[in-house]
Amino acid sequence: MPGSDSAVMERKPWVAEATKDARLEIKDLNVYFGEGADRFQAVKNVSVKVQQGGSFGIVGESGSGKSTVLRAVCGLVESWDGEIDIDGAPVSHKRDKAFARKIQMVFQDPYASLHPRHTVDRVLSEPLKLHGFDDVDGRVLRALDDVGLGADFRFRYPHQLSGGQRQRVAVARALMLEPEILLLDEPTSALDVSVQAEILNLFADLRKEHNLTYVMVTHDLAVVAHMCDEIAVMQHGEVVEVMDVEAMRSSTPETAYTQELLKASMGYDAEFFGDS
Amino acid sequence: MSDTLLSVEDLWVRFPTRSGTVDAVRGISFSVGRERVGIVGESGSGKSMTGRSILRLIRSPGQMEAKSIMFNGENLLDYSERQMRKIRGHQISMVMQDPKFSLNPVHTVGKQICEALRLHTKASRREARQGALEMLEAVQIRNPERVFDSYPHELSGGMGQRVMIAMMLITDPKLLIADEPTSALDVTVQMKVLAIMDKLVQERGMGLIFISHDLNLVSSFCDRIIIMYAGRIVETCKASELHNATHPYTRGLLNALPRIEEPKGRLEALQRQDSWKQEASVDARV
Repeated sequence: MPGSDSAVMERKPWVAEATKDARLEIKDLNVYFGEGADRFQAVKNVSVKVQQGGSFGIVGESGSGKSTVLRAVCGLVESWDGEIDIDGAPVSHKRDKAFARKIQMVFQDPYASLHPRHTVDRVLSEPLKLHGFDDVDGRVLRALDDVGLGADFRFRYPHQLSGGQRQRVAVARALMLEPEILLLDEPTSALDVSVQAEILNLFADLRKEHNLTYVMVTHDLAVVAHMCDEIAVMQHGEVVEVMDVEAMRSSTPETAYTQELLKASMGYDAEFFGDS
Repeated sequence: MSDTLLSVEDLWVRFPTRSGTVDAVRGISFSVGRERVGIVGESGSGKSMTGRSILRLIRSPGQMEAKSIMFNGENLLDYSERQMRKIRGHQISMVMQDPKFSLNPVHTVGKQICEALRLHTKASRREARQGALEMLEAVQIRNPERVFDSYPHELSGGMGQRVMIAMMLITDPKLLIADEPTSALDVTVQMKVLAIMDKLVQERGMGLIFISHDLNLVSSFCDRIIIMYAGRIVETCKASELHNATHPYTRGLLNALPRIEEPKGRLEALQRQDSWKQEASVDARV
């Protein structure tokens, strides 16, 4: 990536302090892709801690490893080492059914994450059947209601829905098993701003109603500032800074990279970027 | 600022479908001088179609219609396809969203830039190469020789977009249409690419039409803003006066944006009104 190296002169690896009430804790997570000489380390010694009921944001540019962290937590990446603790208990490489009831993920592109030939009803009832829940009917209807869609949408196919409605279905699916932690991977970046506002409001409401813990990955600092209480900044696979949202608002981040990122998300500034 | 480069009057773009005709752009009028004009709207608002129709690039079965598209005192609608090819890429250039889809993957970058130049001028091979290298340097590519001989897949997104800008500006066009030129790039790279584009456009006294969905970015980058909704221009204003915008749609968009400086408990959801679709388009000519 050209030009970004100079911005990280004073990076320091951020180390989590040990406390008891962390809902999700990641310690020294490393993720590798490829074999032998092609082996690439996408995530390097990442340690973060998410409080019970908290909302934790991870920001960074493409290729910084932010989504890979989420995928490792969710069990979608195999080759990782380090420790991932949920409620103090480490998870193994192979995940069981109970894990799925605790953590669920919402993906970036609502156009790609729903099966094109399954109705909304099938998408939502499948996890219930797999986990042997009763009252499938009632739960599907309640979930649709929760995400503001209503019963009319139950037998529609994804192509009969708009982008925002699809993302609501994806959120409903993630909520079917009544998880405690939601992993959100760029949940609004494929949506128009007006639709983004609706989905972000929905996340805020659901968090209150269901007492959820969020981990949200995004490249949009304004979205993170709106949604999260604590924010980790990633670059080249490492966490370069963790700050709370107040520090971010007052524009007093420690590293030069974070400052550049903040400046860039405030809009174009000819004086700041013109002479680079 | 004052002399008008391009003036479009009553532009319509229609797509016939099985369930009737869809009007993607409905009778808009606007003009561009030697300035940076931003066209903002959500997906489906007709902003990209507006950009494409200036170059008469609406693909069949889409149809475009206008009273006039005056460029440099001549009506582009009267031009033959052959004459239009002399305009495209020479007088008016266009930069698209994703360099991955705009560059030819089987030719080197240098060959493609030289081709653009040699098609429109009488430059020799050597002059074209020289010009291409200079242009690559102008878009702040550190090692122009190496990039000249590389294939598009060997470049990052930011580099690819700089190459596109180099290719589009090498013929010294009078007007540049940039359709979401930086949406596929990371924020910090985005700003660098914008800075390069800004500098070149200003130096050469070109006009720029900047099409984007990002209201925040457009208001900080452009001189004048045109806001589109459902194929119509709902409002136009100076970029510096965007915060005084009055149309409920513009206000709704502004309020729907989360902001770092001013935290809000809830974001305001946009309440769309059917009447916005019926309103007459605002004339954005100056």
